[in-house]
Amino acid sequence: MGEFKVHRVRFFDYMPTAIRAMAFNAHTERLALARMDGSVEIFNFTDHYFQEKVIPGKDSRSTESLCWVGGRLFSAGLNGEITEYDLENLRPKYSLEAYGGPIWTIISNTQGTQLAIGCEDGTVKLFEVLEEHIQFERNLDRQKGRIISLSWHPSGTHIAAGMMDMIRVFDVPTGHAVQRLLVDRGFGGSKSQETVVWSVAFLSDHTVVSGDSAGKVQVWDGHTGTLVKTHLVTKWDVLALSVSKDESSVVAGTSEGTVIQFQFIAPTLHQQQDKEWVRTRTFKNHTHDVRALAEIETAIVSGGMDTHLVVRPLLEKFDEKSHASGLRKIHFPHRNLVSCAKKAGLLLFQFPGQLELWRLGDSDGHGKPGDRLPLKRKPEKLLLLKRKGEDHICCSALSSCGGWLAYSTVSCVRIYRLQTDNNNISITKVSKLPKALRSAHQLCFSSDSSKMFAASSQSSVLVIALTQSECKYVHTLKPKSGSRQPIHLMTTSVDGKWLAAANSDCEIRVYNLQKLKLHCIVPVYGSCPSAMGIHPTTNNMTVVHADQQLFEYSIVEKQYTDWSRKLQKQGLHNVWLDRDTPVTHVTFNPKNPNQVVLHDMHMFCIIDQSLPLPDQKTQFYNQMTLRSLSEQERPSHLHAFKICKTFQDLLCVSLLDDQSLVVVERPLLAITSQLPAPVRQKKFAT
Amino acid sequence: MATLCEGFTLCGLVQTQNASDSPIQGIELDEDSDHAVVTDSTRSVTLYKVSDQKPLGSWTVKQGQLLTCPAVFNFQTKEYVVVSDNKVIRVWKDEDLNLDKAFKATVTADVWRVHSAPGGEPVVLFQRGAVRFLDSLLSAPQQPIEDVLSEEEVIRWSASIVAEEQHFVLFTTEQNGECCLYVQRLNPNTLQKYRLEREDSGASPLSFSASLRDKHLNLLYLYPNGCVYQSVVAARGYVGLEGVQDLPRSLRLRLPVGEGELGAASAVALDEAHVAVVGVPHPSARTGKDFLCIWNTNFQTLQAGILRNWSFVWCYLGKLFVPHGKALSIIPYECQKSSLASALGKLRHTGIAVSKSSVAVPSWNTLLHGDQPQGPTKIVETRKSVRNVKLGVNCVQPQPHQTGPVDEVQREVEVLVSRGDAQDLQLSVGQLACHLVARSQAETAFYTPVALAQLVQTQFLCHSVCPGLLLLSLEHKDYFLCQLCLQLFPDIPEVVTCACLKTFISNEVLQTPYSDNFLLPHLKDLDTQQVILFLQYLQFVYLKYSQDVYTQTAGLRSPTMTQIIDWVCLLLDAHFTVLVMAPDAKGLLSNLQSFVKSQVKLFSELGKIESSLQELHKMKLSKDISQYSIEVIELF
Repeated sequence: MGEFKVHRVRFFDYMPTAIRAMAFNAHTERLALARMDGSVEIFNFTDHYFQEKVIPGKDSRSTESLCWVGGRLFSAGLNGEITEYDLENLRPKYSLEAYGGPIWTIISNTQGTQLAIGCEDGTVKLFEVLEEHIQFERNLDRQKGRIISLSWHPSGTHIAAGMMDMIRVFDVPTGHAVQRLLVDRGFGGSKSQETVVWSVAFLSDHTVVSGDSAGKVQVWDGHTGTLVKTHLVTKWDVLALSVSKDESSVVAGTSEGTVIQFQFIAPTLHQQQDKEWVRTRTFKNHTHDVRALAEIETAIVSGGMDTHLVVRPLLEKFDEKSHASGLRKIHFPHRNLVSCAKKAGLLLFQFPGQLELWRLGDSDGHGKPGDRLPLKRKPEKLLLLKRKGEDHICCSALSSCGGWLAYSTVSCVRIYRLQTDNNNISITKVSKLPKALRSAHQLCFSSDSSKMFAASSQSSVLVIALTQSECKYVHTLKPKSGSRQPIHLMTTSVDGKWLAAANSDCEIRVYNLQKLKLHCIVPVYGSCPSAMGIHPTTNNMTVVHADQQLFEYSIVEKQYTDWSRKLQKQGLHNVWLDRDTPVTHVTFNPKNPNQVVLHDMHMFCIIDQSLPLPDQKTQFYNQMTLRSLSEQERPSHLHAFKICKTFQDLLCVSLLDDQSLVVVERPLLAITSQLPAPVRQKKFAT
Repeated sequence: MATLCEGFTLCGLVQTQNASDSPIQGIELDEDSDHAVVTDSTRSVTLYKVSDQKPLGSWTVKQGQLLTCPAVFNFQTKEYVVVSDNKVIRVWKDEDLNLDKAFKATVTADVWRVHSAPGGEPVVLFQRGAVRFLDSLLSAPQQPIEDVLSEEEVIRWSASIVAEEQHFVLFTTEQNGECCLYVQRLNPNTLQKYRLEREDSGASPLSFSASLRDKHLNLLYLYPNGCVYQSVVAARGYVGLEGVQDLPRSLRLRLPVGEGELGAASAVALDEAHVAVVGVPHPSARTGKDFLCIWNTNFQTLQAGILRNWSFVWCYLGKLFVPHGKALSIIPYECQKSSLASALGKLRHTGIAVSKSSVAVPSWNTLLHGDQPQGPTKIVETRKSVRNVKLGVNCVQPQPHQTGPVDEVQREVEVLVSRGDAQDLQLSVGQLACHLVARSQAETAFYTPVALAQLVQTQFLCHSVCPGLLLLSLEHKDYFLCQLCLQLFPDIPEVVTCACLKTFISNEVLQTPYSDNFLLPHLKDLDTQQVILFLQYLQFVYLKYSQDVYTQTAGLRSPTMTQIIDWVCLLLDAHFTVLVMAPDAKGLLSNLQSFVKSQVKLFSELGKIESSLQELHKMKLSKDISQYSIEVIELF
C-alpha cells in the first residue's frame, strides 16, 4: 500500500476526571455516570456500552449521587442542590436548593414517587416527584451528624441511613427513627476516628448491609437492630455497595481498588434454609478508590478515582464465550476531542476548561519505514483559549483552513477568527452572533469555511454563514418528525452540497445544503453511529456503528453502495467485530479514492475498497505476515482491511492534505502517572 | 592425535611363494575380545589369546583340502564356521578337536565368504553374489543358488555390518576395469548396486574398508595412486531405487606414493578422522613403501608411522593386526577424538599467530573439499608437494649440500630461498632441510645454523617434515634456531617441547601448541629443581602481566594469561607430590595457593554480580518516545 509519514502527537494532555457516582436504569439499560467535574455520561448497555450522551460539567456543580426515576435522571451534590437533567438537550433541566447543606446522597423509592436526600445537617428530606418538577415534601426526624448514605426498603416503608458511627432506620410514614445500629470504629490508631458509613443497602427481608470507613462490610437485622455478621475486607475504606436485583449478591468497592462480592448462600449443601452472607469473590480492576458500583444482571460495573469505567461480566451468567462476556474497560470518551485542520496542519484539543491550538512540526527528511525523521520545526502551541463562564466546553470545531474556531457550552457559543501569518497569530472573537445560536451539541465548518453548522435542540441544525466581517444566520434544518434526541455526529461533504447529522436514536439525516432541505434519511440501523464521513469525490457516506458494523451509503443514489452490500453479504471479520472500542473517526485519502481511514482506541485502519474483503478464514491482522512475504507473494495475501497497531491509546487519527497521517496518542500510563498515589500498591511477592 | 604403541608378535607365519600374497586369509574375533581367530592361507585355523600371545586351539583340514574363506565365529550358536574347497561348509565348536569330524554341508555353489558379526546371524556370500543366512542354508544345503553377478564380474572384497536392526552385506566387484559396490540389506532383502567412479588411471582400488557411522555406511578405498576416497551410503532409504546408482566419492587423503604406483597396500578406517595405511612410503623417508602410518584425514597430517615390511592390515578393538614377513604382529593404537585442538595441539594465541606467522591453521572446508588448497594452507601444500614430487631433487643433479663445505651449502640455500617460485620452493626447502639435518647428524663437524635458520624462516617447514631439526639445534645449543622453530612450527611434539624446556625456559616454549595428555608424561621427566625454577618463572611472568594486563601489545610475542595458567596447572599436576615434599618449593606453593584463593574469591564475587550485569545487558533501551515525532511507517 505504501509508506506514510506519521506525525506522532503526544502533547494532548487529556485527563479524564474521577468517577464519583453511577446509577443504572434497569428498565432502559442505561448507565448514568457522574464525574468529579460535574459532568454526567450516559452509556447504553444494550448497544455495546456506547457512550451516547455527555452532559458537560459546571465549575460550581459537584455531583455526589445519581438517581433514576423512570427515564428521568436526578443528581444531588455538595452544592446543596438537586438537579434534574434534560437528556434531550444535554443540560440540567433545573436545580433546586434543598436547604439542608451539602447533599451526600439521593435515592428514590421503588415506586418512583418520592426522592429522599441525605444532608450534611442531619436531615433526610423527602421530595415528591411530579410530572415536570419535584416538590419538597417533609423531613424525617433530624439526627445529630450528617447523613452520608441512604437506602430505601423495597416496600417503601423504611429508610436506612448511614451516618457517622451509626446507621439509623427510619419509619417513612411517621418519620421517626426506629433503630439505631452502632458501627464499631477501626482498630489501633483509627480508634479515635469516627467511622463513616459510606454506603448502606436495605434488603427486602429487612437486612441492612453497610460498608464503612473502617474497612468492614456488616450485615444487620433491620427488625431487631442486631449485628449479624462482620466481614473485615480491607484496611482502608469500603466506599460503595450495590445489591443485585434478586438480592442474592452484594458487591462492595474499596479504597484498594478491589470489588468484593458477597453472596447469600447456604454454607453447606444440606442446610439450604440457613443461608448467610458469604464473601465469595474479589475483583481487582482498579488501582484506586472504587467510588461507584452497580451490580447489573450479568456484570459488575465499577468506577472510581482511576477514571476508567470497568464492566466485569459475571461469567456464570453466560453460557458461552461471547462479545458480552469479555471484560470492558472504557478509558476514552466515544467522541472526538481533537479537531484537525487538514489544510493548515493545525490541531485543536478540547479540554473541559480550555482549548489548545497547536501547529504540527515539520521535517524535510526522508526515511525508510521505522525511521524517526529529524525535525526541522518543532510543534508549537499557538493558542490557549480559556472558556468564559462556569459551564464546561461541550464541543468545539476548527475549520480545515485553520481560519475559524468555534466552541460551545450549554449556555453559549463562541466563534473566533484566526489569522496566522508566519509566526504571528491573531485571534478575533466574532462579536455579534445570531440569537438563534445559543448552544450547540456539535459544531462543524463546511470544507470551504464559508458556513458553520451547529446541532441544536430537537435534532435541528443551524446553518450560519461566515464572512470576514460578520456571521449570519441562514436557516434551521429541522426534522419534521421523528426523534428529538440530540445530534452527536455531524459531517459535511467537501463539495459543500451535503450535510449529514446523526442523533442518539440512531437516525442519520442527510440535508441538501443548496436547497436547505432534507435530502434523505439513511435506513435506521439498530446500533448508534459512532463515526461517519462523506467521501470527497463520490459523496458516499461511510458510517460505523457502535456494534462495529460498517456501511457505505450513496447519498446521491439514496441507497447502500455495492461495496457495502458485498461487505454485509459476506459479513465483517470476527476479529473486527470483537474489538471493544468504537470507531470514533472516519476520514478519506484525497489522493486515493479507494482508501478510507478510521480508528478506534487501539488501532487505525485503512480500508482499501479495491482489495478483496477478508473472509472468516483469512488472517485479519496480516501486516506482519505481509511484511515477511516477498514482493511476488504479497498480492495474493492482501485484503481490504489494513490495520496498524503501532500506535496505541489513540484519541485521533487523521490524514492531512499532504498525505501525512496525524496520530494523537494519549498513553494510559501518562494518565495513571497523574493520579494521586494509590493507598495500596502491589509489591513483589506480597 | 593418534599414536602407535609398541607392537608384539602374535605368531609366526608360513612364508608363501608369492610375497605379495598375504600368508593369512583373515583374522576374526570371537566372543572374547582377547581372542583372535586366524585363518592361514592354506589349511588351518588357529585361535589365539592375544594378550598371552599363545594359541588356544588349532584346527586343520586334511591334506588336499583347502580353506577358501576365513573362519568366523557364530556369535549366536558359539560355533566356528569355515568353508573348505569353496563348497563345503564346516561348523565346529570350541571343544571339537578334529575338524574332519565336525558338521559339514556341501552347497551347490561356490562360497566367497562367510560373514559374522556380533548381534547378527552369520551370512554366506556366494561367489556369484547370492546371499543366504547360514542357518537357512544349512537346513537345505542343496537349495539352488541364483547368480546375481554377470558372467565376468568377480567379487573383490566383502564385509558385513550389523546396525541396530539392519544387517548389511557389502561387496565390491570388478568387471572390465569397472568397480561396483553392492549393498545387500537383509530382512527385508534388497540389493542395491552402485557404480564406483573411475579413477583416471583406470586402476581398481587396492583395498576397501567399511564402517557404519551416523546411520551411514562409509566405504573407504585406496587406489594405487595413493588416493583414499570415501563414499557414503545411507543405511536407511534408497530401498525403492532401481538400477545402478553412481556412487559419489570424496577424496579423504592423498598419500605419497613415491616412485611408481602402489603395489600392495591397504587402508583401514580407524575412526572418523583416522586411517591406518600399510604399504605406502613414509613422507619423510627417502625410500621404501613398507610403513604403517596413521593419517588424520581431517588435517591430512601424518600422526604416526613405523617401518616394517607389510602390506595387509586388519583392525579390531584398538589393535592393528599386521602380517609381515614371518610373523603376525599386533600393534595397539590410540586415536583421540579428533578436534582441531587435539590434532594440532593447543593453538597459538591467535593474535600472535596471525601477526607473526603465516602458518595459519587451514580451514576444514578447504581441506576436506578443496583438492588444491590455496593461500594460507601452506603446510598442507608443503607436505603434498614433498610427497608428490617423489623426492626427486637430489636424484636429478648432484648438489653441494650432499658433500660440500658449509659456506657452499650456505650459498645454495641462499640461492634457493631467493627463488620466487613458491611451489617449487616448498618442495625443495623440505628436502634440503632434511638432507642438511641428516648430514649434520652424520658428520658431527657439519652444522649450518644460518642456512637452517633461513630455511625455517621461509615458513615452509614444519616439524613433521623435518623432525630432526629442532633436536639438532638443541644438540648444538643453537637457541636462536630453537626459538625460531618454536615460533614457526605448528606441530612440535610434546616430547620435544619438554626437551626444549629442560634446556632453556622461554616464552616461546609456553606458546608452543600442545595437548595436555601427551605433554603430561613428558613433563614428569623434568627434575624438581627444573620444575621449581619453571614455576617461579611462570609466577613471575604471571604477576608481571597481571599488573599491567592492558599494556600487553599485540605485536609482542608474549604468552597469554591463559597459557601461563595452563602451564602452571600442568606442572603442578605432573609434580605435585614431589613439590609438596620439597622444602624449597614450600614458599612457592603457598604463594600459589594464596593466589588461587584470592582468584576463587574474586570469581565468586564476580559470579554474584554476573546475573545483574547480564540483566543490564539484556535491558533494552526503552524507546524514548517524546511528546512529538515524525515517523515513517509502511503498510502493506
